[in-house]
Amino acid sequence: MADGHGGRLLLVDDNKVNRLLLARTLELAGHRVASAENGRVALEMLRRDGYDLLLLDIEMPEMDGFQVLEQVRGDLALRDMPVIVTSSLEGLDSVVRCIELGAEDYLTKPVNPVLLKARIGASLEKKRLRDQQKEFVRRFAAPEVAQDLQQSGFALGGKRVHASVLFADIRGFTPLAEAQAPEETIELLNTYYTLMFDAVASHGGIVSHIAGDGLMAIFGAPVELANPADAAVRSALEMIEMIELFNVEQTSAGKPEIRIGVGIASGEMVAGYTGTNERATYTCIGDVVNLASRLEQHTKAAKRAILVDATTRRALSSSLSPEALGAVALRGKTQSVEVFAL
Amino acid sequence: MNLSAIDRATYDGLVESTGDEFVCELVDTFLAEAPRMLDELRDAYAKDDAERFRRAAHSLKSNANTFGALTLGQLARELELGGLAPIRSAAAAPIDAAASEYARVSQALEELTRG
Repeated sequence: MADGHGGRLLLVDDNKVNRLLLARTLELAGHRVASAENGRVALEMLRRDGYDLLLLDIEMPEMDGFQVLEQVRGDLALRDMPVIVTSSLEGLDSVVRCIELGAEDYLTKPVNPVLLKARIGASLEKKRLRDQQKEFVRRFAAPEVAQDLQQSGFALGGKRVHASVLFADIRGFTPLAEAQAPEETIELLNTYYTLMFDAVASHGGIVSHIAGDGLMAIFGAPVELANPADAAVRSALEMIEMIELFNVEQTSAGKPEIRIGVGIASGEMVAGYTGTNERATYTCIGDVVNLASRLEQHTKAAKRAILVDATTRRALSSSLSPEALGAVALRGKTQSVEVFAL
Repeated sequence: MNLSAIDRATYDGLVESTGDEFVCELVDTFLAEAPRMLDELRDAYAKDDAERFRRAAHSLKSNANTFGALTLGQLARELELGGLAPIRSAAAAPIDAAASEYARVSQALEELTRG
């Protein structure tokens, strides 16, 4: 936005007098204005350049305003852009239809400049707040969660999904952290998380929590995967590989190596947003989640990097050959659990 | 003088909010576009194309109102809403009425911008 007030506006009107007049009015109000003479051209411009607001006429050849509204609302990249309809179309029907199609406002031509200025100001302010919100979501949530939020909106509560949960953390992190300066630890953690996030994302998972040196990732929700268990295990293998590469660098820089432990469990769980309407997080809840966490803790005693449960093991493709460790009594579990190592 | 064709309050408001020079340009644009709209009305009527007729009347109405040509705006509005049937039964008289009102409007606008 220019000088804090003006916005970048696209004006669509097939009538030259209307177009010139509106453009003039808007420029005098401090906005930057581009114009298009029909809906088809407007959509091309919208998809090519970024605009803060669309001023849309309804009656146009080639593609009318209703069609433009439909396209804008169906396009994830455009649908948050405010649209103000300016039309001299008769009848309440068209006003109602525009509002139903998601138009922010409807102004009758000839447009009153004072009213236009006020409506545009209000719409741009709303857009600015929405952009800010989106930026927060983008920064603090996994991209898949951000997209899920944009598509289906935010609602607390979950739904049952079949998914795999992965827990990972750094073995012996506390003595490591104590042995070096906090700045170095932060740097180490940032590198570690970069590698871990990458390994999760490249197999279609999302990181739902990070705490200290541990992370929890979900495979199969909110985005469905053909084989979440296989994806989780492959992600774990990639993590181990990344850490080995990282350790080569650490050693050559005279810094300590790190080891990680990964636990994976699969099955039915409830996935969704938990928290309050003000602050919430996308997560999974269920026995499967606890099991994955226990398996990760057990990697230390088992002296294995990756441990998985029987459900995960059954879903693995034949190219992976896990080793059966037999039934293990895990902390917090009343019955012993079949554990497999990779 | 045909100034009665133009509502001065609307016209002066336009000048005040967008500037003298700009209004002159805008009038020139209208005087270039409006005869095409009238041609379009006649052509759509001759070809019995109701949708094109309605759209041309709609544009004329919208632009006429912008300059305060309220009578022309009203005539165009009747064309837009009435469709082709009343035109046919009146042997195209409503189109002629709009055309002659436009002649008064264009003369008035030229006087206003020159003045």
